[in-house]
Amino acid sequence: MNIRLEKRPAPSRMLLALTPLLAVVATMIAGGIMFWALGANPAEAIRTIFWDPLFDETFGAYSRPQLLVKAGPLILIAIGLALGFRAGIWNIGAEGQYIIGAVVGAGVGLAFYPTENRLIFPLMVVAGAFGGWAWAMIPAILKTRFGTNEILVSLMLVYVAENILASVSSGLLKNPDGMGFPGSRNLARDYPAASNLELIPNSGMHWGVVAAFVAVIFAYVLMTRHKMGFAIRLTGEAPRAARFAGVSPTRLVLFALGTAGALAGMAGLFEVSGPAGQISIDFGSGYGFTAIIVAFLGRLHPVGILLAGLLMALTYIGGELAQLMLGMPAAAIQLFQGMLLFFLLAMDVFANYRIRIGQREVA
Amino acid sequence: MTDALLTLEGLTKAYPGVIANSDVSFSIKPGEVHALLGENGAGKSTLVKTIYGLVKPDTGRMMLNGAEFSPANPRAARAAGVAMVFQHFSLFEALNVAENIALGMDNPPPTGELAGRIRDVSEAYGLPLDPGRMVGDLSAGERQRVEIIRCLLQNPRLLIMDEPTSVLTPQEVDILFHTLRKLAGEGTSILYISHKLEEIRSLCEDATVLRLGKVVATCDPREKTARELAEMMVGTSLHTPEREGGETGEVLLSVAGLSLPAPSDFGTPLKDISFDLRAGEVLGIGGVAGNGQDELLAALSGERAVPPGMVRFKGRDIGRLRPNARRALGLLAAPEERLGHAAAPEMSLTENALLTGDTREQLTSNGFIKWGKVRDFAARVIDAFDVRTPGTETAAGALSGGNLQKFVIGREILQRPEVFVVNQPTWGVDAAAAAAIRQAILDLSAKGAGVIVISQDLDELMEISDHFTALNEGRIARIRPARDLTIDEIGLMMGGAHDMAEAIV
Repeated sequence: MNIRLEKRPAPSRMLLALTPLLAVVATMIAGGIMFWALGANPAEAIRTIFWDPLFDETFGAYSRPQLLVKAGPLILIAIGLALGFRAGIWNIGAEGQYIIGAVVGAGVGLAFYPTENRLIFPLMVVAGAFGGWAWAMIPAILKTRFGTNEILVSLMLVYVAENILASVSSGLLKNPDGMGFPGSRNLARDYPAASNLELIPNSGMHWGVVAAFVAVIFAYVLMTRHKMGFAIRLTGEAPRAARFAGVSPTRLVLFALGTAGALAGMAGLFEVSGPAGQISIDFGSGYGFTAIIVAFLGRLHPVGILLAGLLMALTYIGGELAQLMLGMPAAAIQLFQGMLLFFLLAMDVFANYRIRIGQREVA
Repeated sequence: MTDALLTLEGLTKAYPGVIANSDVSFSIKPGEVHALLGENGAGKSTLVKTIYGLVKPDTGRMMLNGAEFSPANPRAARAAGVAMVFQHFSLFEALNVAENIALGMDNPPPTGELAGRIRDVSEAYGLPLDPGRMVGDLSAGERQRVEIIRCLLQNPRLLIMDEPTSVLTPQEVDILFHTLRKLAGEGTSILYISHKLEEIRSLCEDATVLRLGKVVATCDPREKTARELAEMMVGTSLHTPEREGGETGEVLLSVAGLSLPAPSDFGTPLKDISFDLRAGEVLGIGGVAGNGQDELLAALSGERAVPPGMVRFKGRDIGRLRPNARRALGLLAAPEERLGHAAAPEMSLTENALLTGDTREQLTSNGFIKWGKVRDFAARVIDAFDVRTPGTETAAGALSGGNLQKFVIGREILQRPEVFVVNQPTWGVDAAAAAAIRQAILDLSAKGAGVIVISQDLDELMEISDHFTALNEGRIARIRPARDLTIDEIGLMMGGAHDMAEAIV
């Protein structure tokens, strides 16, 4: 008796569609065992993570809006990343682009303080997008001009961005009225023209969430109806055929990294002017890295990313709730989120292979 | 049956979704050159891999010299006296001949002794080879000799040769056949796989024809015409392409002193290539693979930019134009590699129609794809070129090689090219589809287009070309009218002249 993996002639479409759901189920089971080992009631832990944030009478009112607040930047960043990932361009540095977008956008807003003008916030959005775009252009140009590896360059630029963030929050952008504490003025609280507040009270809906939904629609149209989307898919599936079809690899790299950078930069700006409120040393919260998981969990498909972003946001909020209510350590929650990606990738194997159980062929 | 060296009885091997061999039985006598014929996908490779111990049959058995023979791996097969020369060589370029041969042996003797034995065998069989030379410096024909000598050193009783002549010049083929006949004369059996029917007629005494995994015929190939053999393989009667001797017109494409460095360490630099292509002309470019064919196509299609003045289309310098700008002018191309270059295997035929069809068929507006129009274009290609597919939404990779090739060629021809460059138009394509493709190329030239056909199949080039030249190490030979050429002259043009003198025994 032995178990073998046998390659399918073609990937199973049904399983490809089902694997995200199967991965969630498997994560719940494995996560439940982990929570049980940590001394919690597994059913209660799973319910706390997946159910209570939305439907608990006490916490729901607080955590429901958080769902959109957390999902917005994840979706916005993941949409941009997926464009590159589809073409085999690996931008791992969205976190850096997110930080620089926030710094540049907030910087522009703070430069106008305390002027009140309705154009200031749109201008900040443009500046944020520009900041993220410019930061992404560094790996893009190094790759197209000198053939450097965009994975390494974009990743290393995250650490540069974090140091810039630390520097400006205790230097250039430090709040003059902040009594010496590091961190900028609070845009959300102290500067109405530059603030990104909730559009509908208690919904969590702010301009960044709107931008994320718009990005989903744009990405969907781009990928299915536009030449550029076709060029991206073609490059990902058959790079030589793409070159034969007249796709310029250089333009594609600039487009994919530039778009991802601009969207990440915008996400940073919406965050700094809204939920975070100010530029501070600990502004970088890992959205740029989590968005990589979201992009893959959503199968690099815009609608999939929308759903994956909401799911990932739920585990964030539910995880915090589990820490609070059940005393679970933060590491356990991160492990739980990691399991999601792990099981997704593992389940993918079954879309491409089938299991054969039986006797080995007689030699 | 008792005098047979190898007997196969009812061999069957199924893979998911396809039966590669179904109840295959035949036998090979000692000292016989036995041909295994069949189209691509007929199951020839699976069958020889079974004999060589790489594949285990689901049912059926083999007898070697009257004893049960079921090799668990190639080593066991070699120990039993079965040797195989693969189509693709497994040699290390940075090692010399003797070292390469030692690496492939189960129990290599000391280097000095081995070198001596290599010299003995190579002289005995008319395969001159210096054991001390680096494999990287050898021609394709010489590399094949390394593989053959590696086999001969094991004194095989059965030698399997898979498409051995596809990389050889006509002169090198002669040397090889001389060797094979000598081996057969000494009692070694040879199982010879090829789709070159004239070769089989001159070399083999017995033939087994496979179609869709089954033995459909056995015959003595010397008593059949090439056409009859081809029809046995295909199972239908064949249509021979006809050309209506067209007048050639103005110069459409002019290449002058085209030189390009190699695109990578494994590429071939192009050196001072010059020719004119006229309206209505078919220019055949022969040559052994790896002598600059891919590089020439890329320079003409626009995948690689070319310095100014080297490539002109109707007098206009197009060296800097990208593929779609060249398509807009009327210069279209079809590369050799279907999967991954001419077509994206995972994408549908509709999407693959868009791959090159956008510019001339206006399949987009303002960057937005008109999918309905793309689908119509794909359907027209499928229709006009008899592409066998369930529909336009089938993935390109799901089509057989011949059907996908018809789609790729049809996609370009339906866009009415003024100049059409095609590399290996019928490689790996069954005989019926090949005839259809050649006819389409001739029809295109009859309508006044200029066509460049790059091919390794000399029969094909002789059949359809007006002018002929050959690529050898990135250079082309002087262009000659095709009808006056003899096979010897072609061989010389292909660069077969080197090391011929010592080789003729």
